[in-house]
Amino acid sequence: MNLWRDIKGTLQPFWITLGYLFKKPVTIQYPEEKRTPFPRYRARIVLTRDPDGGERCVACHLCSAACPVDCISMQAAEGEKGRRYAAWFRINFTRCIFCGLCAEACPTLAIQMSPDYEICNRDPLNLVYEKEDLLIDGGGKDSTYNFYRHAGIGVVNPRGGNEDEVGPVDIKTNLP
Amino acid sequence: MSEHLLTLALILVKLGLIFGVVLTLAAYLVLAERKILARMQLRHGPNRVGPWGLLQPLADLIKLLTKEDFLPARADKWIFLLAPGLAAVTALLAFAVVPFAPPLSLFGREIPMVVCDLNVGVLYFLGLSSLAVYGVALGGWASNSKYALLGGIRGLAQLVSYELSMGLSLVPVILMARSFSLTDIVLAQEQAPFFLLNPVAFLIFLISVAAESKRIPFDIPEAENELVAGFHTEYSGMRFGLFFVGEYINMIVLGAMTTVFFLGGWLGPVLPGVVWFSLKVLAVSFVFIWMRGTLPRLRYDQLMHFGWKVLIPLALLNVVVTGAFLLWRGGWA
Repeated sequence: MNLWRDIKGTLQPFWITLGYLFKKPVTIQYPEEKRTPFPRYRARIVLTRDPDGGERCVACHLCSAACPVDCISMQAAEGEKGRRYAAWFRINFTRCIFCGLCAEACPTLAIQMSPDYEICNRDPLNLVYEKEDLLIDGGGKDSTYNFYRHAGIGVVNPRGGNEDEVGPVDIKTNLP
Repeated sequence: MSEHLLTLALILVKLGLIFGVVLTLAAYLVLAERKILARMQLRHGPNRVGPWGLLQPLADLIKLLTKEDFLPARADKWIFLLAPGLAAVTALLAFAVVPFAPPLSLFGREIPMVVCDLNVGVLYFLGLSSLAVYGVALGGWASNSKYALLGGIRGLAQLVSYELSMGLSLVPVILMARSFSLTDIVLAQEQAPFFLLNPVAFLIFLISVAAESKRIPFDIPEAENELVAGFHTEYSGMRFGLFFVGEYINMIVLGAMTTVFFLGGWLGPVLPGVVWFSLKVLAVSFVFIWMRGTLPRLRYDQLMHFGWKVLIPLALLNVVVTGAFLLWRGGWA
């Protein structure tokens, strides 16, 4: 038994707690003070738009397939020139676990995670977001990306008519 | 006849005053403890009810009063119902002998600022402090719950290990003051408070008092993470509230006792006596809270070890040394 060590070990903590008494608390007092989440914080899901202002979503169902809790549902539709879009698009945020797999799966960068974490609600039905609620004006994280401008599909320009594309080859010219 | 009536009226006024002050202080001590503990853990503590959370005790009271008063099945009904009262009342009763200010001269009368200046005040205090543990033991026994029973047993085991050293640490004080009356003990500290003259007794008393208050380094009867809530596991509503407020009244009373026995009571320069007394009591209470924010809980065999093998021999030695010294010098003054 080392008496001196025991006495020191009993008294030293008192100075430490006294020191902490005069330090500033680390608490962020939520409703009054809000912390700014990091840009890649995963909270409310949004649907973004092209630089042209059109919806990016092509209703490919990859997000709903990737979703581990099956909270995304949609109905695909096709416009003139074969432009695909979602007739309706619904995310049930009462089920969403904010894992971000949908945003990773999306080929057109349409579905993205936003840092808006304040979506609590007293009525769960208010947390079922329709397409109008999800769509935002803007491109989100990669605002210049425009899927149909280099997709090889003749929706904006004729097939292969975009600037980083080569036009379709007439295979008959390759025949002997 | 009117002399008797006047004395009675004065006693009633003092009683009312002490009741009001001690109960309010106990309620705000809860808030102060939560605040100070929180700051020691880099939190804010309660700050939602009223400015800086100052109405929190009121909110707590309303909550406790509106909760269901639950009686466990097959509990010993009357003992179960009475035990919380026992805990709170014994704590309050002990305050009757505490002199909180110098005697006041009013209309040619000498009014002692103590409800009852018993000439065996020390014994009265010791008796009540051992009675206080009956609330714990009976409450634990009557609850018909293993956790509460274990808590009650631990309360008794704790009592036998600190009570003796607490009594023995007061012997030098009585030897030095040559009186059992608390007023005389305070007056005997005119030149120097006893904690300077006999620091060993002070230390033993402080540790025993911390054990007596059943607060964190010695909260063995409660032991949240072992016994749910110990002896008050089965209590709810205001009955739990009585245990709870009893604990804080006890803290004030023990602070007052430490002040009277060792810190020189109301004596002090410049400021009036009541202010000095309150400041010292609050300082002791702060030390209790500080201790709670700092130390972990002892195992109960550790406490018994410490009480029987360290504190009691030390206290006995201290009694012998102080007694011999006083005999040699013929009084400390």
